[in-house]
Amino acid sequence: MGLTDLLFLALSAVAILSGWRVFATDSMVRASFLLLLSFVAVGLIIVMLAAPYIGVATVFMMAVEMMVMALFMVMFMMNPAGLNPMMMVHQHRFSIVAGVLAFAGLTAAILFTSFPKIPVDPSTPVVHDLGIELLGPSMLIFETAGVTLLATMIGSVILSSRSGRFGMADQGSRPPGLEPDGEPAGRQPEAGNGHHHHH
Amino acid sequence: MTLATVLIVAAALIGIGLYGALSQQSFVMLMMGLELMLNGGLLAVIGLWANTMGGAPEGQLLAIIIMAVMAVDMAIGFALVTAVYRKRQADVTESLTTMKH
Repeated sequence: MGLTDLLFLALSAVAILSGWRVFATDSMVRASFLLLLSFVAVGLIIVMLAAPYIGVATVFMMAVEMMVMALFMVMFMMNPAGLNPMMMVHQHRFSIVAGVLAFAGLTAAILFTSFPKIPVDPSTPVVHDLGIELLGPSMLIFETAGVTLLATMIGSVILSSRSGRFGMADQGSRPPGLEPDGEPAGRQPEAGNGHHHHH
Repeated sequence: MTLATVLIVAAALIGIGLYGALSQQSFVMLMMGLELMLNGGLLAVIGLWANTMGGAPEGQLLAIIIMAVMAVDMAIGFALVTAVYRKRQADVTESLTTMKH
């Protein structure tokens, strides 16, 4: 067993154990940092697999993403300092069975499939090839990802903003009732006196 | 480090992520399960690319698409969490029952 194998074993152990601890820790902030640890380990495995660009990009992207996630964790956290035991789960047994079944099924599929063996030639300039591919033959796919991200930005602003530029989108409207002459469905109009919150 | 071991690690990450996504009550923890599953998917794609495709660049392109999916998942997920919290003061899945049945 060479150094590569030992490193791979250590990194996979870190990735899997920290991935599991995400759902076993008491503090949500700690959970997001454990998830970051799992991502970093996977990123390093990817670097070892001859894809340095993807691996490093994963580490950078996840570092930023998990910082944002930690902020959201603080905002939505039940148990700020992780001082009390936290176990917020439903359908727990079903979920364990589903997770184990997914792992067993995928592992069986892996072990019983004969994959072709065409490893990357170490002398291949993989990052260069990726760049040529991104801005060459697969440019439309790459651009589609860019447009998707733009749509995501617009969508997340629309979803998370309190109101549009000209006030609530449904201001002054009265949604129809669920039954004839019933209470209006959905958000109740604010009670009188034109008092509005501005944020 | 063979292809099978890499794929088994990826399968373990997908299994843990599936457990998290199905079992967690809090929206944000649920999203961490989804991210972990995508993490496993990314590792599997790169493992297959490195061992079975002889370095064809399209495999790395697929990995980049998966990373874009991760970003979209995070951004839209948090926006939805914020929107739901604003409308319903809800931050656990049990609070949303209007779409049930």
